[in-house]
Amino acid sequence: MSAGGEWLKVCGVDDIPVAGARVVRVPGRADIALFRTLDDRVFALHDRCPHKGGPLSQGIVHGARVTCPLHAWVIELATGSALEPDVGMVACIRVRSEAGEVFLHREDLRRDALRAQLIADAACAPA
Amino acid sequence: MLAYRDIADTHAMIGAAQTYKNAVVIGGGLLGLEAANGLKQRGMNVTVVHVMDWLMERQLDPTAAGLLKQSLEQRGLSFAMAKKTQALLGDAAGRVRAVRFDDGAELAAELVVMAIGIRPNVALAQSAGLQCNRGILVSDTMQTYDPRIYAVGECASHRGIAYGLVAPLFEQAKVCANHLAEHGIGIYSGSVTSTKLKVTGIDLFSAGDFMGGEGTEEITLTDPIGGVYKKLVLKDDKLVGACLYGDTADGAWYFKLLRDGREIGDIRDTLMFGEANLGDSGHSGESRAAAMADGAEVCGCNGVCKGTIVNAIKAKGLFTVDAVRKHTKASSSCGSCTGLVEQILASTLGGDYSAAPKKQPLCPCTALSHEEIREAIRKEHLLGLAKTMEFLNWSTPNGCAKCRPALNYYLTSTWPREARDDPQSRFINERAHANIQKDGTYSVVPRMWGGITNASELRRIADVVEKYKIPTVKVTGGQRIDLLGVKKEQLQDVWRDLDMPSGHAYAKALRTVKTCVGSEWCRFGTQDSTRMGIELEKALWRMYAPHKVKLAVSGCPRNCAESGIKDVGVIGVDSGWEIYVAGNGGIKTEAGQFFCKLKTHDEVLEYAGAFLQLYREEGHYLERTVHFVARVGLDYCKQRVLEDTAGRSALCARLKDALADEVDPWHEPRKAAVDLRQFEPIEAVLV
Repeated sequence: MSAGGEWLKVCGVDDIPVAGARVVRVPGRADIALFRTLDDRVFALHDRCPHKGGPLSQGIVHGARVTCPLHAWVIELATGSALEPDVGMVACIRVRSEAGEVFLHREDLRRDALRAQLIADAACAPA
Repeated sequence: MLAYRDIADTHAMIGAAQTYKNAVVIGGGLLGLEAANGLKQRGMNVTVVHVMDWLMERQLDPTAAGLLKQSLEQRGLSFAMAKKTQALLGDAAGRVRAVRFDDGAELAAELVVMAIGIRPNVALAQSAGLQCNRGILVSDTMQTYDPRIYAVGECASHRGIAYGLVAPLFEQAKVCANHLAEHGIGIYSGSVTSTKLKVTGIDLFSAGDFMGGEGTEEITLTDPIGGVYKKLVLKDDKLVGACLYGDTADGAWYFKLLRDGREIGDIRDTLMFGEANLGDSGHSGESRAAAMADGAEVCGCNGVCKGTIVNAIKAKGLFTVDAVRKHTKASSSCGSCTGLVEQILASTLGGDYSAAPKKQPLCPCTALSHEEIREAIRKEHLLGLAKTMEFLNWSTPNGCAKCRPALNYYLTSTWPREARDDPQSRFINERAHANIQKDGTYSVVPRMWGGITNASELRRIADVVEKYKIPTVKVTGGQRIDLLGVKKEQLQDVWRDLDMPSGHAYAKALRTVKTCVGSEWCRFGTQDSTRMGIELEKALWRMYAPHKVKLAVSGCPRNCAESGIKDVGVIGVDSGWEIYVAGNGGIKTEAGQFFCKLKTHDEVLEYAGAFLQLYREEGHYLERTVHFVARVGLDYCKQRVLEDTAGRSALCARLKDALADEVDPWHEPRKAAVDLRQFEPIEAVLV
């Protein structure tokens, strides 16, 4: 596999609905939301809105953004950051799609959710 | 001698007030009166010279202006009305000493302030060959006669008007920026502006055609001793102008009615008394922004106080309700405090406030309104989301969380069967056919026809609760049972084990038909309300709509099923059934309006169905029947459903046709286009 041993195959691109998402469950770790845009780009975020913890995987995917189903915060899929004027960030997981298959980076999956959230919080704290 | 244009002029005036005694302000408009009041407060003798018969003639009618003059006179200001200034007379040192009028009279003055309005400086534009009259002529895209040059603000003359306020400038700048960015969808069609005088202690407000005249009607309220005067000008059953003096709390509300062009026939009798009598809940009945303390809660959903909103408006320079919503979250959830937020905006910004334009685009992805989009879908026989967005020049690749569900509804309701439903364009509840809860679990509400159940159903529910360890079981207000805390992976199993129809408690669709026990058991019952309710529910379930739809049937006027606050409420009387529509027990408690009286069950089914189909076809997405009927008018609904017999049958036929192929998504998920992959997480194992 050209992606190398650092990458974990999770599913095919077609297993994710177009302009939709699936939940990836890694035993013992927090859920991951795996998104597919209209133009078949794939993104992965922790499945927890930085606002009140809503499951982002259940939101409406538009462009390269998702709207949280609980209180309609809008999150950029590429960066995990909330759209202004809301302030917040959710941790991203590196993802790649190759020949119709989707891979997640093992290192990011191993990183526990709490640590990931601390990193995300630090990234959006005022300098 | 000073003009009154900038901060330097103001400083010069304050300086002069310390040295000199007599001031003349030429111009009895907004600016002139503010200057005069300021000079008076600094100890000068001030006379206001005005060329017209009454003050602020562009903002006030003679009656209101008279009250204003009286009040300013009590503060010590003098007035010289209907006087034309002919010359300013100087002393030997070259300083002004008096003003001479065209009738020869003179008035001593050591300070003269000119506040006679603004005239755009068009010299540069004219030398560049641009057409000018009172300002630089611009089109609806803010382009001048040379399409390469745009103009906005006080220098621009749009449809003959050069605006001197900041709010229209923002609207113009938005359109201009839109075209400069080659986005090309913005149109500026003029602003309706309102005025507030910033002289402390005097509240006045005016908007639109407040002078009235031929073809208009006026409603006035005058209390000369209390210093209150209100005039509303109506034309063709719409508010076209308002002039308020002394009590302006409802200014923003009138302004909104005016801009929305709302028909006011139904509220005409109480219009004068303001918005306060329209019941709102969720913010302790507060409806007057000015009287509220800073700590008072405005938005009950998001816990936003007045002070927070005022601070955000000032600190962030916000001018629209939308911007306040974004920054503070106020009015971003249920929306019941929108009017209050508008009032706070208006009172914080004063004359700089201008309400949202009449034509509201569906969302920021388009400039088109709900009606225009629906019309295009109908006319062009548009069947798909992507096609519709392409045809209507959507500005985003696949819309946003606001327009996608709306478009999906418009497509599927206009072309049932033909248009393909797109589950990814539905809110999660309608995609998963259950209600998402704050912790990401779901609630399940099975349908109980007319609120009637039996031992076998209850036993199955109990078994499901135990088997799936469902943490909370609650009886709902709609006479059903809610199972809360179900995990998404369990939903399909729960539905199967319940073996009851979907209650659609999660959908913009028919929810429940609440009933009382009626004549079968009740000693007061005049009609079999339970049977009627079950018949209605069986006829209408699976019916998607612009928003949720709730019905109720009571067997007698005691109305135990609360028919008076339902989208369609049916009340049995000895001689038949009374139908009420557009009631609402939610955000705005609104009693249903009497629609008609009918004799038979079949008639009730027919008329209720026709009314709801009209709402399905013409309601804006996310507009409840109460707001729909307020927008189109009860008379219009009566005409379409009661008077037009053939139209009523056609409405019913279209509803039947739309429902014919709708299936229960819980039990025929594939047919209902439910994406079943969502119920299974992808398992990934790290080794």
